[in-house]
Amino acid sequence: MKIHEYQAKEILRKFGVPTPKGRAITSVDDVKSVVDELGSLPVVVKAQIHAGGRGKAGGVKVVKSLEEAQTYAKKLLGSTLVTHQTGPEGRVVHTLLIEEGMKIVKELYVGIVVDRGSSRSCFMVSEEGGMEIEEVAAHTPEKIMKQWIDPAIGLMPSQAREMAFFLNVPSEAFKETADFIMKLYKAFEAKDCAMAEINPLVITADNRVLALDCKMAFDDNALFRQKDVVAYRDLNEEAELEIEASKHSLNYIKLDGNIGCMVNGAGLAMATMDIIKLSGGEPANFLDVGGGASEEQIENAFRIILADKSVKCIFINIFGGILRCDRLANGVVNAARKINVEIPVVIRMEGTNVDEGKRILRESGFNFLVASGMRDGAEKAVTALNAASAKV
Amino acid sequence: MSVLVDENTKLIVQGITGKEGSFHALGCKAYGTKVVGGVTPGKEGQEMEGIPVFNTVKRAVDATGANATMIFVPPPFAADAIFEAVEAGIALVVCITEGIPVFDMIKIKNYMKGKKSRLIGPNCPGIITPGKAKIGIMPGHIHIPGPVGVVSRSGTLTYEVVGQLTTLKIGQSTCIGIGGDPVNGTNFIDAIELFNADPQTKAICMIGEIGGSAEEEAAAYIKAKVKKPVIGFIAGQTAPPGRRMGHAGAIISGGQGTASEKMKVMAECGIAVCKSPADLGDTIKKAL
Repeated sequence: MKIHEYQAKEILRKFGVPTPKGRAITSVDDVKSVVDELGSLPVVVKAQIHAGGRGKAGGVKVVKSLEEAQTYAKKLLGSTLVTHQTGPEGRVVHTLLIEEGMKIVKELYVGIVVDRGSSRSCFMVSEEGGMEIEEVAAHTPEKIMKQWIDPAIGLMPSQAREMAFFLNVPSEAFKETADFIMKLYKAFEAKDCAMAEINPLVITADNRVLALDCKMAFDDNALFRQKDVVAYRDLNEEAELEIEASKHSLNYIKLDGNIGCMVNGAGLAMATMDIIKLSGGEPANFLDVGGGASEEQIENAFRIILADKSVKCIFINIFGGILRCDRLANGVVNAARKINVEIPVVIRMEGTNVDEGKRILRESGFNFLVASGMRDGAEKAVTALNAASAKV
Repeated sequence: MSVLVDENTKLIVQGITGKEGSFHALGCKAYGTKVVGGVTPGKEGQEMEGIPVFNTVKRAVDATGANATMIFVPPPFAADAIFEAVEAGIALVVCITEGIPVFDMIKIKNYMKGKKSRLIGPNCPGIITPGKAKIGIMPGHIHIPGPVGVVSRSGTLTYEVVGQLTTLKIGQSTCIGIGGDPVNGTNFIDAIELFNADPQTKAICMIGEIGGSAEEEAAAYIKAKVKKPVIGFIAGQTAPPGRRMGHAGAIISGGQGTASEKMKVMAECGIAVCKSPADLGDTIKKAL
């Protein structure tokens, strides 16, 4: 799960990590009160969306007067911001963060991720603040220092000092930088983060050490014990169908193609998308109905796939283990009865109770296309799709 | 021969009185696995369809001589269940539970260093040696004994491969689901090392997916150490970056963990990489 910059900074402050003064607003009317609160100009107006690249896309601006702040806020609120991470459809800006401006003497990078290879959290720091760390890693890896954290003892102060030395901070800001790193790690671990990135961490002319920007992502598996993080969820940032799917414990991700997929299991669901592509089609979604889907869930899955108007054909690929084929078949038939399905439906079933499942489909009165094997299913779906579009 | 589980496996089930735990305990028993007991704190003295229930893993081991456990404990308590099994000295710990926080797994993995127990999973279908024993949730009837060792990050995609093999009358030595989480116990290299040493296994099939670099590391190991033919597939060739594709571990981040990169490295290391999952059975047949 992702949250906004202003929310991440609220978390940082709770752990004593210093951030610039500022406040989030959702209406132009509130610009004046924030600027008054900050008490000095310039201020920085920052669009709050769950995607990077905001600066280059015009979503961040340093303004020198209240009027300029208001004009800019008016322009941004409700507008659609397109960055290199949002895709062409962009994201609508609902919230702005207004912060104090400052004289920056140094921009640094500090990030923590869970490193799968070592099964440990790993700090990465670099003097190349403001750059994308992937770029730095690709071209000048020697400019990055990594420190792995022993899960039994956590980040040790000597490690934080070593990173602060590597960052070449002015001696007046050394202690604050090491302290910043220690506190950031506390927040990372306490909040079950999957990633926390301060880019840039800045040293100001008066030697303050501040998180100028902050991105945080959380381990979805740990949300049950992070209620305050869950409260930060912003449904505006999520696709409508994905929200609907999550209500029914379905794992759905919308893609750009026109063949809707319904599969049990994440690996098989990805493999199904792959084989559709290899057969000359484009998958419209990833959808994993899970191991023990009920008839009701199958019906909801059907509804969600069909709600995507670009779907012109459906491919159901189920390898029944715990999910029995007869249950799947009943779910599909019931859904087809309730929802008016006008597009071709290709079904491939294998595994537990497959014969009973096939009988239910055959006797349903619907014209389902039954496939034998994954490839046959994908090819039937592509053929049916082409035939359907030829008719139009 | 086979690896890790066979007719000598004595299994207990942690969380045996839960819905999933009881269902799959009986499923394993029906397959022929010796299910000698179960653990649910506070329910000692009860029986679940003739299987005795104990309060702690230690008590179950003392009473039954169990050498393997299958865990169905809910995510918030699963790390503790793994710990309890390792403390009780159980050799093989199979954790089926999906949704364990990654920090819990980081701590458990660190704790397990130097311990004698082996962990499989979490978030996995388990392990099966066809005709001998199964510890997990896979449909047993699609498997037949034979020469192919299968190791996979995915559940149903493993069934797909096994289904293709069985249709071609090619059996499996052992199938190991290592799970879809970013931090897990047994990894590809561990499983491949076991298959490489197992005389019954004549070919190895590895099913990976996007995210992380476990497949690349396994490929380098295979190039250096494995003479048996290895056939591979990576799910998620069409997955968009930055989106978690169901499994917590299946995410392309920062341009790393893409299917194309993994497939390239695997092919360079001498693995027969299938572009299409439908080709796995035939490719394995050719390799044998």
